[in-house]
Amino acid sequence: MRLQLSAEDQAFREEMREFFTTQVPQDIRDTMINHGEITRDQIVRSQQALNAAGLAVPGWPVEWGGKDWSQLQRHIWHEEMQLAGVIPPLAFNASMVGPVIATFGSQEIKERFLAKTANLDIWWSQGFSEPDAGSDLAGLRTTAVRDGDHYVVNGQKTWTTLGQYGDWIFCLVRTDPNAPKKQMGISFLLIDMKTEGLTVRPIELIDGGHEVNEVFFDNVRVPVENLVGEENKGWTYAKFLLGNERVGIAQVGASQRNLATAKDKAKELGVFDQYASRIADIENQLTALELTALRVAAGSSGDKPHPASSVLKIKGSQLTQAVSDLFVDLEGPSAITSHETRIFLNNRKVSIYGGSNEIQRQIIAGTILGL
Amino acid sequence: MDFTIDSEQKALVKAVRGLITNVYDSSETRREITKTDAGFAAWEQLAEMGVLSLPFEASAVEVSLAAEELGKVIAPDPFVEAIVLAGGLIDALGTDDQKKQYVDAVAGGEILPILAWLEPGKRWSAEASSVTFADGKLNGVKAPVVQAERADLLLVTAALPEGGTGVFLVEGATAVETVVTNDGGRAATVTFGDTPAVQLGEGGDQTGAIEVALDRARIAYAHEALGAMETALTTTVAYLKTRKQFGVTLNTFQALNHRASDMYVALELARSTITWATIVAADEDTTPAQLAAAASHSALQVSVAGRHIGLDSIQLHGGIGMTAEYSVGHYASRLIAIEHLIGDGEFHRARLAATVGDHDVFDPIG
Repeated sequence: MRLQLSAEDQAFREEMREFFTTQVPQDIRDTMINHGEITRDQIVRSQQALNAAGLAVPGWPVEWGGKDWSQLQRHIWHEEMQLAGVIPPLAFNASMVGPVIATFGSQEIKERFLAKTANLDIWWSQGFSEPDAGSDLAGLRTTAVRDGDHYVVNGQKTWTTLGQYGDWIFCLVRTDPNAPKKQMGISFLLIDMKTEGLTVRPIELIDGGHEVNEVFFDNVRVPVENLVGEENKGWTYAKFLLGNERVGIAQVGASQRNLATAKDKAKELGVFDQYASRIADIENQLTALELTALRVAAGSSGDKPHPASSVLKIKGSQLTQAVSDLFVDLEGPSAITSHETRIFLNNRKVSIYGGSNEIQRQIIAGTILGL
Repeated sequence: MDFTIDSEQKALVKAVRGLITNVYDSSETRREITKTDAGFAAWEQLAEMGVLSLPFEASAVEVSLAAEELGKVIAPDPFVEAIVLAGGLIDALGTDDQKKQYVDAVAGGEILPILAWLEPGKRWSAEASSVTFADGKLNGVKAPVVQAERADLLLVTAALPEGGTGVFLVEGATAVETVVTNDGGRAATVTFGDTPAVQLGEGGDQTGAIEVALDRARIAYAHEALGAMETALTTTVAYLKTRKQFGVTLNTFQALNHRASDMYVALELARSTITWATIVAADEDTTPAQLAAAASHSALQVSVAGRHIGLDSIQLHGGIGMTAEYSVGHYASRLIAIEHLIGDGEFHRARLAATVGDHDVFDPIG
């Protein structure tokens, strides 16, 4: 047992901290730290600053811009980025479609998309969930029917986060409605969002914001070369993608940064002593979460998600919400008009997306406890 | 940063587990042993194996590994109380002569030392007030004092005439009134009336050293609690898989499985903090303030996770969990006892709150 990081990892941590706190545009970090509204332009500039330094897509294969880092180093990269208030690379590009294309795509499709995906020259949207396929994703009904050199896509996707900015959308579509299992007839298709017949409609959320959308497909014609991997193997690629989604799921760095801001705020308001015990309690839980994330990262080999990822998702989302909850209470009566209350409402999503916490409890019960 | 243990440490775990599960081969055996005069039964064997010498000869890691194994069977032997806490204090504060006189005998199981520090009506302060020392004599009352009647040597914290707190040694007869504790152990009220005593070590205010010894013991206790939580959860999971109602096993019911999953989340988070605290305690460069933070972070996890896991173990079992014949109630009871020996959640939240405003982000591996 050893307390400190190895000299190599410590140096790595300092290198990351130095980069994130000095080389990412200050206006972006200030907006993040002060809970401001992040613009599309800021997300793009942040990712491009990271990509210019080779730090946007460390999890990808080295030949496509990835880094030969350990899981622990990837964890450190992620946490330091969040602590510094840097906007992480757009997940749809960096952790979702990029790794799928790099792992399962043809050489042609890799060359066509990967560099632009890493640099956010293409903004990807995710077309997975449907009105009747949420936690039960394999129940999806959007169809793609082969017609010559094209697929003709019909159906509806929903909860498409930031779809209003999307250039392309990666979709799970049903290509074989007669497959013996519902997981077996699904394909992974890349669709240009400017194609005729594709419509994006905003969904207003409980915080009044426009973050997610519905996407409708009405006889959308998609060239067959936009299929990733093999037809009807899409479920395999989707499971691979959802495994990647859990990297950094604990959001420890972001919660730590937010708790630090909350401490300052409590001091400014002159109520620090009143909230000190609650702050100490949250910090105690965050410390346990950080140490668990380190334990998982240090104990993981290769790209295989650790079964304890579900622990990180449950506790990480609960603590994101706990810190957000603290901010609302610090607002006092102004909470009824405060932006912090809208963030608090928005943060209800973190225990729902990425496999809801109830799904995570099912995973723990089934795969870890054997129940 | 490395949470894994080496092959020698693995061998230690295996040896302690072998010994202790042989003595306490079931919850019923343990219950019978707690009813005997002695109240515990593995002491001589632990001494023979060298477990009682770990605090003097090995690091905090080995001490914690042993404590965790004892916790898994909730062994009533006062390893943390006598060896880690009282023995640790003799080792830390004693003069060369005192160490020569006591350390080997404690490690060999010939002398059982106990620290009498808690006082009636007081909380968990390292500073004594009820018991005072003057002119070579102690006066006042200590309670609860775990295993005081069985102890061969009492270490008594007492307020000094010039201010501060010292540790005093008392051998032989004292006025001791013993009761059986809620977790099957023994605790006493010890009254001192002009009781002759000599100070441990060089004299003067020893509050700082007492606090360090308490924090080291808190971390060892936390491992004992961790072992108990683990067994409570595995026992509950096994029950959910076998117990039938409505013609099906209980793990058919999602509401029960999800509660077990939440217990697992609590256990793994507690394990991370408690293991980290041991690494902090084992590190030679650790300051008393860093040790105190690690101890309080662990103790708070014990308080919250111990209640959660201990009490939900009873609930998920249903009526059988309420019976003295069944194991989980004893685990819950021991977890509550540990929490109140090391300081409850509010106490440790307050201790952490005193410094939480001094840093932006708490960095456990910095």
